Amino acid sequence: METFLTILLDGLQFSSYLFIVSAGLTIIFGVMKILNVCHGSFYAWGAYTAAFFIGKFSDMGMPDAVGFLIIVAAAIAVGVVLGFIIEQGILKYMYQRDEVLIVLATFGLFLVLEDIILIAFGTDPYFAYQPMALLDSVEMGGIIRDVYGLSLIGVATMVAVGCWFLLNKTKWGVILKAVIFDREMGISMGINVPYVYTLTFIGGAILGGLGGAYIAPTISVAPGLGTEVIVLSFAVVVVGGMGSIAGAAIGSLIIGILRALAVHELPQVELFVVFAVMAIVLVFRPEGLFAPAKPRKI
Amino acid sequence: MNKGLLAALAVVLVGGVAFMLTQEKPAKEEVKVEVSEAEDAKMLTIAVPSFLTGGAAGPFGIPAMNGAKMVVDAINKGSLPAPYNTAGFGGVSASVIELDEGGGATKQVAEYRNLVEKRNVNAVVGYISSGNCQALAPIAEELKQFTIFATCGTPRIFEEAPRKYVFRTMAHATADNTAAAMYVKEKFPNTKGYTGIQQNYAWGQDSWRDFDLTMKQILPSAKASDNVQFPKIFAGQYGSEISAISLDEADLVHSSFWGGDLEAFIFQGAARGLFKEKVGVLTVGGTAAYRLGKKLPDGLVLGARGPYGILVKDRDSALNQWFVNTYKNLYGTFPSGPAYQYGQAILAAKIAYDKAGSDATDEQLADALRGASFESFSTTVDMALGGGHQAITENGYGITKYDAENGENIVTEVKFYPATCVMPPEGVNSVEWIEGGMQGAKC
Repeated sequence: METFLTILLDGLQFSSYLFIVSAGLTIIFGVMKILNVCHGSFYAWGAYTAAFFIGKFSDMGMPDAVGFLIIVAAAIAVGVVLGFIIEQGILKYMYQRDEVLIVLATFGLFLVLEDIILIAFGTDPYFAYQPMALLDSVEMGGIIRDVYGLSLIGVATMVAVGCWFLLNKTKWGVILKAVIFDREMGISMGINVPYVYTLTFIGGAILGGLGGAYIAPTISVAPGLGTEVIVLSFAVVVVGGMGSIAGAAIGSLIIGILRALAVHELPQVELFVVFAVMAIVLVFRPEGLFAPAKPRKI
Repeated sequence: MNKGLLAALAVVLVGGVAFMLTQEKPAKEEVKVEVSEAEDAKMLTIAVPSFLTGGAAGPFGIPAMNGAKMVVDAINKGSLPAPYNTAGFGGVSASVIELDEGGGATKQVAEYRNLVEKRNVNAVVGYISSGNCQALAPIAEELKQFTIFATCGTPRIFEEAPRKYVFRTMAHATADNTAAAMYVKEKFPNTKGYTGIQQNYAWGQDSWRDFDLTMKQILPSAKASDNVQFPKIFAGQYGSEISAISLDEADLVHSSFWGGDLEAFIFQGAARGLFKEKVGVLTVGGTAAYRLGKKLPDGLVLGARGPYGILVKDRDSALNQWFVNTYKNLYGTFPSGPAYQYGQAILAAKIAYDKAGSDATDEQLADALRGASFESFSTTVDMALGGGHQAITENGYGITKYDAENGENIVTEVKFYPATCVMPPEGVNSVEWIEGGMQGAKC
């Protein structure tokens, strides 16, 4: 029973981390049909920005709880600034181009942003342990768990509920679904699609930045941070169905729990599990488990 | 969309970056390798590859490059302590070509060929990654280029083929893990079981194999876990792995993690009380000692891949004190293992040039270094294995403790094991040596 509970909590914790990052990726794809490789950079910039300012504020003697405000502020700042500049400065001019070209452009942006991180923050890692230290630890399932890690589950739940509410209970959700369903029809109905695109990209970037900013206190924030996460995020989005928030949630849960099970019971296959799930889904349901329905155009 | 708003946001971004760049940083000084104009025409060129980007840059690559440049500069000026206080390499100054080791072995092979065939470097001194060293050794032999590997660990380089032009001036990874097991036996003889967490590539797998094999030989009462963790390198998130280790009956956890992975594992493990429940043995932990400060838990068994870094900070030799003090003055922190290891490799190049002459051929340089024995900054280096191409040195471990009075980490109960105790004799494969009961070990 203890092992079961531990696997469940480990799986949920890792799923939460995956979901926060991949939710932004799938929202951007769903609305804009852009496979955004530079999403990994939003994650890395979020982590660096949060770690940098948490360290600075801590040095200035501010209470550790301020770290949580910095995490949220860092995610919003990174998403708004980087998301706006990239969407308005580059992607806006590529919407009529082939989707492959846009993928290549975002890949190029990813490399550029990685290098700018080196220029801005240097190669030395940043540590921002204060928020994690503040929340202490508890015993669950016979082992000690850090409350900060568990709080990730709460953050992911809030993101999921927030996305559901936005899409299903607000006017904005109706507009987004209209653009997802048929962009041209949306324009003909008077929707300002370029405006929707900009806000969507910024929203997705904020979620990417939030993933990095929230994880920053648990890791050594060092160059190359964004590379690993983008690979995992793609796996989640492919499993869940590109463009589906529910799919990203289910994909994250499947991958997170299976990975935790592998780590505990058969650690040799831990790496294999994530991509095996992706391969199986691609074989039997290439569009992913929860891909949004596509209109048939005549 | 409003272009003015776009411009304003761009300004915010640029301003933010500029703010970060202008922040006060720890005392660091760029070491420029100084060469007089008269010497410029006949100066030597030494290529120094090291990780300058990526996750390995901070803990390994940058300190390594700093150590190499500091020693080259001192050699050019003749300011090293005796017996190395003659200026230059065989009397001639050297310049350094800094090279990023990142990008994988294929890229490094291309870069290496470029260095040798187009840039005509005199020597190549460096490399941290075992994968890169493994790929480059045959290329160096093919191109007949005098090359000294500084830090990479795999024993296979000199065990799988004889080398003529390639050297390694630090002990290979077997010593790290045999010494770790010996330390465990000595300090924690009641260990009932041990488990591990390693990065899933050659370094992690070889490290666990050597530690496990040695434990089976010298502490057979301790049971190896069948649930050893091998997460992907640079994974960063170890929540599930820490849970699995916590539930394991083993009372000791061995890890060869390095860089950001090591630091993340320490953060996440410490937050969950892992190192209070189990003894942590970190074979490359020395790189984190100065960087984590009081976030490094007390009671960890810490190695530095040999007699380097925090383990030898207080060694009272003129060479060591020069190295520690000069490095601290230049870079604002004490030197970690990679700084020592690169400095040591540069020193070996000077020894070869001093003996063979500044205009020596690659063959003559190789002859000069083959089988040499020399005093380095922190230890004696004997080029005793691999036909005189692979160094052996002592290896040691200590236990971490935060010194609140001085605000820094120290190591207590430091114990060094002689080189001939933790490494196989000449001509014997490391794995076979351990499995055969470490015959001929002189402890």
